[in-house]
Amino acid sequence: MSTVQTSMPAQAAAAGEPSLWSRLSGNRNWAAFWFMLPTAAFLILFLAYPLGLGVWMSFTDERIGRAGAFVGVENYQWLWDDSIFWLSVFNTLLYTLIASAIKFAIGLYLALLLNRHMPFKAVIRSIVLIPFIVPTVLSAIAFWWIYDSQFSIISWSLIKLGLIHSNINFLGDTDWARASVIFANVWRGVPFVAITLLAGLQTVSPSLYEAATLDGATNWQRFRFITYPLLTPIIAVVMTFSVLFTFTDFQLIWALTRGGPVNATHLMATLSYQRGIISGRLGEGAAIATAMIPFLVAAIAISWFGMQRRKWQQGSSND
Amino acid sequence: MTDSTLQSKTATGDDSEGMSYLESLPRRLVTLYLPLFIILVVLLFPFYWMVLTSIKPDEQLIDMEKFNPFWVVHPTFKHISKLLFETQYPRWLWNTMYVAVGATFLSIVASVLSAYAITRLRFKGAEAVGVLIFLAYLVPPSILFIPLASVIQAYGLFDSPLSLILVYPTLLIPFSTWLLMGYFKTIPYELEECALIDGASRWQILVKIIVPLAIPGLISAFIFSFTLCWNEFIYALTFLQSTPNKTVPVAIVNEFVDGDIYKWGSLMAGALVGSLPLVILYAFFVEHYVSAMTGAVKE
Repeated sequence: MSTVQTSMPAQAAAAGEPSLWSRLSGNRNWAAFWFMLPTAAFLILFLAYPLGLGVWMSFTDERIGRAGAFVGVENYQWLWDDSIFWLSVFNTLLYTLIASAIKFAIGLYLALLLNRHMPFKAVIRSIVLIPFIVPTVLSAIAFWWIYDSQFSIISWSLIKLGLIHSNINFLGDTDWARASVIFANVWRGVPFVAITLLAGLQTVSPSLYEAATLDGATNWQRFRFITYPLLTPIIAVVMTFSVLFTFTDFQLIWALTRGGPVNATHLMATLSYQRGIISGRLGEGAAIATAMIPFLVAAIAISWFGMQRRKWQQGSSND
Repeated sequence: MTDSTLQSKTATGDDSEGMSYLESLPRRLVTLYLPLFIILVVLLFPFYWMVLTSIKPDEQLIDMEKFNPFWVVHPTFKHISKLLFETQYPRWLWNTMYVAVGATFLSIVASVLSAYAITRLRFKGAEAVGVLIFLAYLVPPSILFIPLASVIQAYGLFDSPLSLILVYPTLLIPFSTWLLMGYFKTIPYELEECALIDGASRWQILVKIIVPLAIPGLISAFIFSFTLCWNEFIYALTFLQSTPNKTVPVAIVNEFVDGDIYKWGSLMAGALVGSLPLVILYAFFVEHYVSAMTGAVKE
């Protein structure tokens, strides 16, 4: 304390008022630099740099254990003529589109159900989230067993009910395999969508519904003209995340089918792993991964739009 | 009917949403309880199946005619004990735990610092940095694992759990930072000003005022990060090669799949034991977990 008191007047006299202020603000930036350093180090070393490196690798013919030479767009030309790559693009879009649409529909429905008054509300809500807590691969393993070609419990039940006569080859038939992985993805994604939408629903004031009911609004009208408009911003954000994570899904497919049968469930991420790591053609794998970026940018742009609109609707400045 | 329910509800001080008394019980049964019940059964069935399979003797697993597959007659702990004592499963559990704790700890320290700097230091470009960190959250591992594999190789960390401890924070920091920024914003500025006037440094303010007040946020960030680490797959699959170094999800997928018809018992036991730590943790901190998940989306 005493040192501060002795040194302060001397500096203030030498520098004067404005520079004292500038020194303070300088200090603040300097302090912020040290505070930001760990985060910046992690994100630059292991996120930004690899992101750039990935794009660069996609222009080389690098393989595992051998440095690559620049080959221009050769990888992309190769992929352009590769029917398996296009199949994986198609699969990824199909998987994302269908799974996200179902997740949204069931998730919103479940959120509306959970928002109603009932006994053991809190317990039921906690139970709903369990599929989201358990590691994807581990629940995928359970699905693998449920989808087993010989001992599937679904086939067994349907046969006992007399609906089918032989086992369904869930993961061996192309259409069934696609439907099966989509179902598993929906199963895991619904809790996330439902619980986040529920959080949005809880901010809607009940008095709005009461007023609408007094005016003679039907259930559907209450949903369409109160719930939906108020929920739109959070729906935009939640669905962007959902689309993003479904589009780049890897682990569920890898645990269930590894892209089979006959590449029917190969997503871009799994194809990239197979070409890049298993076959060792890092450059080609990186090209497939890089080809995902435009789709992701589009999704992020939509998310950005959703958030801006939300702020704008709330009329609050950025704080 | 409606009058009496209304009265009983207001009398008990129930937190019911104003208008639910308008519905009759049969109607609620069809529009609420039945669909909810079906959804819950579908959501929980795989876990029931997991538990059931892991305690079923092998002969009941493959004979679905003599034994009803939905139940178990003589439960056995054979699969679980085989898993724990005859495989490297404890080792894999330990690896997963080690990686998750290490990465979560590093991420939370980094996130507290950066969230504090962004919300309170108001340095030049703080907003832009906040946005960049948010964008980092949107970069998925599936487009990074190939270049990261060569980065890890270059740093000499290949096949080491340490590589995961260093890489996982890229998934956790953006999320935790945004979550903590939300918490820090709710702490009144005046507290900090008082401390500044009393001569506290920024570091002292952070450690003695901000962090203790943001404990709920820290717990939320911890739970969520821990769960994410446990769940992560593609990096662990790519970076770890030797069997003893693997994490539970990777080991389950690669080590038990040997074409054995009797593998299912141990597979399910492995999935069950691997899920339990998270479910138990979740059971204790449900509220924190939910606020972490919804908070990050709302923010």
